[in-house]
Amino acid sequence: MSMGEMAQPGGGRVYGSGSGLSSGHEPANLGDILERVLDRGLVIAGDIRVNLLDIELLTIKLRLIIASVETARELGIDWWVNDPWLSSNHRELEEENRRLRDRVAELEAPRTESRRQVTAGPAQEAREEGRRSARRR
Amino acid sequence: MNLPPTSPADGGKGTEGMPGDRAAWVYAVARRIDESWLAGVAGVAGGPLRAVTAAGLAAAVTGVSLDDFGEEPLRRHLEDLSWLDATARRHHQVIEIIARHEPVIPMRLATVFDDDRGVAGLLTQRRDEFAAALGQIDGRTEWGIKIYAGSASDDQVSPGEDGADARETAASPGAAYLRRRKRAISADSDARLAASASADAIHAALARLAAAAQLRPPQAPQLSGQQERMVLNAAYLVDDARSEEFAAAADSLAGSHPAVRVTLTGPWPPYSFASADVPGSPPEGTRA
Repeated sequence: MSMGEMAQPGGGRVYGSGSGLSSGHEPANLGDILERVLDRGLVIAGDIRVNLLDIELLTIKLRLIIASVETARELGIDWWVNDPWLSSNHRELEEENRRLRDRVAELEAPRTESRRQVTAGPAQEAREEGRRSARRR
Repeated sequence: MNLPPTSPADGGKGTEGMPGDRAAWVYAVARRIDESWLAGVAGVAGGPLRAVTAAGLAAAVTGVSLDDFGEEPLRRHLEDLSWLDATARRHHQVIEIIARHEPVIPMRLATVFDDDRGVAGLLTQRRDEFAAALGQIDGRTEWGIKIYAGSASDDQVSPGEDGADARETAASPGAAYLRRRKRAISADSDARLAASASADAIHAALARLAAAAQLRPPQAPQLSGQQERMVLNAAYLVDDARSEEFAAAADSLAGSHPAVRVTLTGPWPPYSFASADVPGSPPEGTRA
């Protein structure tokens, strides 16, 4: 998705020819669309009860989701491409570190610390999400 | 209203798709929907779109099968990102098309009734609420502003410290590392404060030009597709007569706050202002 495209097909005008707005007019990406159709819009309890809680959870999940690489790429989500933490060299280094940490943990105690760290990130984000969802409307 | 409506009085007609597609997926409500606007547009299940009218209102619907859109199958589908992608885009597309012609109230994704009768009942029961919401959005358009903090980088460590760093590192690498880390953290938190102040100022200025404003939780990088941290995710309901002014203001504010990156999206159907209970003007007090 290149910058400066029309936001909506046939949606009208393009403003701000790039002086201050860094990207001029962002195209409507899937993230924006999903946020709107799931998290906004009028909520009506239809006959088919999709539990509102399910939709809330889904919305939260979407914010945390790490889609499969192919899907994410199609969606224009490619933030990991330039992320040094996820580039191959770094990954080898991390793998090496992890092996060493595991080995040390194995030698020092019967429990591994590294495993717990794996879950720390998402859980923390989820907590933040919970706080944010206490927003005012 | 001006095309032959599929009214519930037709006695369960309105199964233009497969015989089992009696359930109705609702996209949006407007004062009137001309089915010719939606001719050739595929609905969520690929079926044709039609208008259900009642109480002086119209709803855009598609016939869907309960095998696919019943409670349980729907829940399963919602977990499938590629299904969700296609469905969200189609849902959005229909709403967007109607919005070009008429003020429109977008429904949240997955609003499904057993049949057209249920949809007509909805229009009748909530007629006043719809009328109030339509009155609020008439002649107005939603615009989105997202503000990203520039990533705090190494160049924020002031020059002149490098020599000291080198000496410290030689003497005590661990302590020097910790000092560098501390400086980086403090520079980062300064940058956060600055970005947040910029975002506040930009939001306040834009909210003054809008009929209503809504702040939403910032998107995570995985959703925004941006590595930078989003510090503001806002929607503004702007009088169509002030669209140019609003965009120009966003442009100029972005220029005068170089610490942050500002993006404008839209025009959007009024997703963020679809409920009658959304406070209208003035938009003060919307900052969470």
